[in-house]
Parts: sequence; C-alpha cells; structure tokens
Amino acid sequence: MSKMNKQNNNLSRGILWSLAFIFFVISLLQLDIAPEKLANIFSRTQRLLDNMFPPVIDDPINIAGAAIESLQIAVMGTLWGIIFSILLAFFAAKNMTPHISISYLVKALAAFVRAVPALIWALLFIIAVGLGPTPGILALAVNSVGMLVKVYAETIEEIDQRVIDAIRATGGSPIQVVMQGVLPTISSIFISWSVFRFDINLRYATVLGVVGAGGIGWELIRASRMIAYNEMLGVTIVMFIMVLGAEYFTRFLKQRADLATIRATK
Amino acid sequence: MTDIFLETRNLKKVYPDGTEALKNITLTFNKGELVSIIGPSGAGKSTFLRSINRLNQPSSGEVIFQNEQITNVKGKKLLLVRRQIGMIFQDFNLIKRSTTVRNVLHGRLGYMSSLKGAFGRFSEEDVKEALAILRRVGLEDHAFKRADELSGGQQQRVGIARAIAQKPALILADEPIASLDPSSSSNVMNYLKTISEEDGITTIVNLHQVDVAKRFASRIIGIKAGEVVFDGKPNELTEQRINEIYDQRGLVNELTS
Ligand SMILES: Nc1ncnc2c1ncn2[C@@H]1O[C@H](COP(=O)(O)OP(=O)(O)OP(=O)(O)O)[C@@H](O)[C@H]1O
Ligand SMILES: [Mg+2]
Repeated sequence: MSKMNKQNNNLSRGILWSLAFIFFVISLLQLDIAPEKLANIFSRTQRLLDNMFPPVIDDPINIAGAAIESLQIAVMGTLWGIIFSILLAFFAAKNMTPHISISYLVKALAAFVRAVPALIWALLFIIAVGLGPTPGILALAVNSVGMLVKVYAETIEEIDQRVIDAIRATGGSPIQVVMQGVLPTISSIFISWSVFRFDINLRYATVLGVVGAGGIGWELIRASRMIAYNEMLGVTIVMFIMVLGAEYFTRFLKQRADLATIRATK
Repeated sequence: MTDIFLETRNLKKVYPDGTEALKNITLTFNKGELVSIIGPSGAGKSTFLRSINRLNQPSSGEVIFQNEQITNVKGKKLLLVRRQIGMIFQDFNLIKRSTTVRNVLHGRLGYMSSLKGAFGRFSEEDVKEALAILRRVGLEDHAFKRADELSGGQQQRVGIARAIAQKPALILADEPIASLDPSSSSNVMNYLKTISEEDGITTIVNLHQVDVAKRFASRIIGIKAGEVVFDGKPNELTEQRINEIYDQRGLVNELTS
C-alpha cells in the first residue's frame, strides 16, 4: 500500500518537473533570450561601464532641486497620509467605530488601496491632475493610507480597555476618551509606524519621477534618453545617498521612540 | 422626595455569553455612608458597581440616583450622571504616559465643553484645584511626574484625586487595595474614609479583605453568586455569616436542612 503511494508520488513529481522544464524552454524562446545576446553581455557591460565612469552631475543646481522636490513629495505624502489615516483608523478600529459595518467598510477600502502599487496610483493621478509633484504627493498619501489605517487600527484595537474606562467613568465624551486617553497611550507606536512609512515613501519618491510624478526620478530618465550613462550614475548615487540618509534618520527616530516606549511600559 | 440617595431595584445583569452575574439586587444607600461590598471572586461585585455608573448596561431592573431614574439615560445626560460619580479601580487605570496632574484634571472633563476637554485646555482654576487636591493626598511633589513613575500606592492616590476632582456625590471603588501592599492599603483606605466623612460623599467599596471592610465601613453588604446574602453593621458580621458568604458548603447545608 505504502509502496504504491510512493510510486504515485514519484510519478507526479516527474510530471511536475517536466512541465516546469517545458515552461522554461517556451519562455526562453518567447522572450527572445537568444544565445548571441548572452554572448554579447561582456562587451556591452564593458562599454556601459566605460561610459559610466567617472560619474558626473552635469547641472548640480538642477539635480539638487530635483532631490529636494523628491524629499518634499515624501514629506507631504507622508503627512497627508498620516492625517487621513488617523481619522480613518478610529472608524476602522472595532473598539472605537460607531458601527461595526463602518469598520469593515474602512478596512476593505484600505486593503484595496494597499493592493494597488504606488506607481499605478501615480499614473492615475497624472491622468487626473497632470504632470508634476502633485500626483506624486497624492499617490504617496493614498498608498500610505492603505498601510497606516491597517496598522493604526490594529494598535487602537489592542489598547487596554482600562484606559477607555478611566475617561468614560469621569463623564468624558467619546472624543475626550480618544484625545485624552487613547492617543497619549498609543502615540509612540503611531510615531514608529509613521517614521517607517516615511522611509518607504522616500524610496518611492525617488522613482516616481520616472513616470512623470515629480522629483529626481525624472532626471534619471532624462539622462538615459540622452544615453549619458555617466550622468545616470551620478543621479543614481544622489538617490542612494538620499535613501541611506533617510534610513539613518529614521533609525535614529525609531530608537528614540523605542526608548520612550520602554520607559512607558516598565 | 425621599431620603434615599441611591437605590437599585431588581437589578439583573446577564452577559452576552449567558453568565448571570447579577440576579436580583435590590439595595438602598443613604447619603454619606461608607459601605463595603464583600463576596467571593466572581460574585458580581464589579458588575454591580459598573452597573451604577453604566460602564455596564444592566439587563433589567432600575438604578435610581438622587431621585432620578438613570437606568436608561443616554448621550449627554449619561455624561452628566457619570461626572457626579467618581470611580476608583483595582489597577488604578491612570493614563500612564500623562503627568500626574493631568490625570487629576481628567476628573474635570465632564464639566468642560467636549472640544476644550479633548485638547486639554483646562482652566487655570481647574489646574489650581487639581494641585490642591494632590496636596490633600500628599502628592504635591509628584504633580509633574509621569503617572507611571509613581509607586502603586501613590498611583492609587492619584486615582482618588481624580475622583475628588469630579466633585462627586458618590464614589465607587472597585477593590482599590487589591494590588497594594498592607501599609499602602491602609493608607489608601484612610484617605477614602477621610474624604467620605469630610466631604459627605457616599462611598461604595468592593473589598476582598473582610477585616479591612469591618475596620473602615459603617455598613457591609455580602454578595454571593449575584445575590445579596448579608446586609448589616460590621459587628453583625459574625464568623458564621462570613462563612456563609464565602463557603460553598454553607449553601449546601442550607439547601439540605
Ligand atoms: N465581560 C464579561 N463577559 C462575560 N462574563 C463576565 C464579564 N465580566 C464578568 N463576567 C462574569 O460575571 C461574573 C461576575 O463577575 P464580576 O467581575 O462582577 O465578579 P467580582 O465579584 O467582581 O469578582 P472578583 O472578586 O474576582 O473581582 C463572573 O462569573 C464573571 O466571570
Ligand atoms: Mg471584581
């Protein structure tokens, strides 16, 4: 009995492997990954590297302006995202929502918004409001809402019922319960998540320009259209420094927030 | 108009999961008395207190507070009832990350406009009063510390200060000393008794310790399995009555005899 099972297993494994192999071969042919292209890889890379080095920044003022615009897009997108997320999170959290169906509705909405990538949102907003930083800000704000509503609401749902009881028992109104009881209790967790989201948004903000939503990404595309590989590398290095800088900055903020949390829970 | 300050009539509470926490509680309380409720764990003591200030909605029966039917009041009216009733909790229930004085000021929320209170725009008068109350419970030096930096006994005194800030007519204390060591316990009980006497505030205290109840209360109520099984003066609470309240066998004997 068990022997037959084993044979069956072997058979189905064999079929799976052959299917995977056939798929691989078909893909290879269809995607036109021809052997002569692979053979050219070395000479092409050689040429690319030759053109890239040394990296240059042709118009430093222009690049700096674009980098700052990316930073601004990230800050504004995060800020608006945070504001809307806080408001929506109180409707999404089961222990705060006026009605449970509202909670499900807001959570479903957030899940949908989250499922659509930031670049797609940017393209949609470019259609709606035209090129420039505005669609970038809107795209990041909307994409942030998708994530932050979820994590904020989960934080609120985990809040200690005793905090809520404390303010309710004094005759505090629902909004006073939220502002005087709930928010002070969870603000440090909110801050950690918001800082984390800023980090993500800055990464997006550097590439949003690729589709025309403002910021330094556009400079990358411009350089590549002019086949100025050395400039491309220059812009890429600036992006790299921005992202790295943001990561150090957010790590520093997170450490401080964590310290506060440790103090609060000790 | 009667002299009765607080009354519950046939109060019943069934939790959504079917637990019958209160069966038929009919009790009256007079102005200014310090009453202690004792009873085994799960008897329904907390449920009873929380039914009075409506942190729990009773399933049936009535609560009459200062000649007013408050069993079903809602919205703004409910907030006005609650601000007259201070509550003290076993775990203090302070906002840990806020300062001590802010926690006391929370007692004023029911007297402020909703938005002013939400943003913590307390009047200078309220702040002064809060500091004076902190002095009264011996915590003036800790006013601007974060609440979680205080010891348990100190935190419970902040809880008392918050209740006093409400200028309440009634204080409900749900096992206020269960999380404290013996010396902090008698300290906290002394404050409760002093305030009840000096300010004429009716006080209902749930307690686990019968000896503490006998020492501080002017009247003791025993609750067992959601029913009142004793109501009298501390000296009427004999060893035998205590056993009846706490011992399951007491019930069995009663049923079989
Ligand atoms: N939210 C709830 N949902 C369901 N059952 C509950 C709930 N709260 C309390 N109960 C049940 O109701 C009964 C009375 O509980 P209550 O907390 O009032 O007792 P207690 O006398 O205060 O006990 P203790 O001395 O342990 O604090 C218990 O059986 C308890 O399990
Ligand atoms: Mg209890």
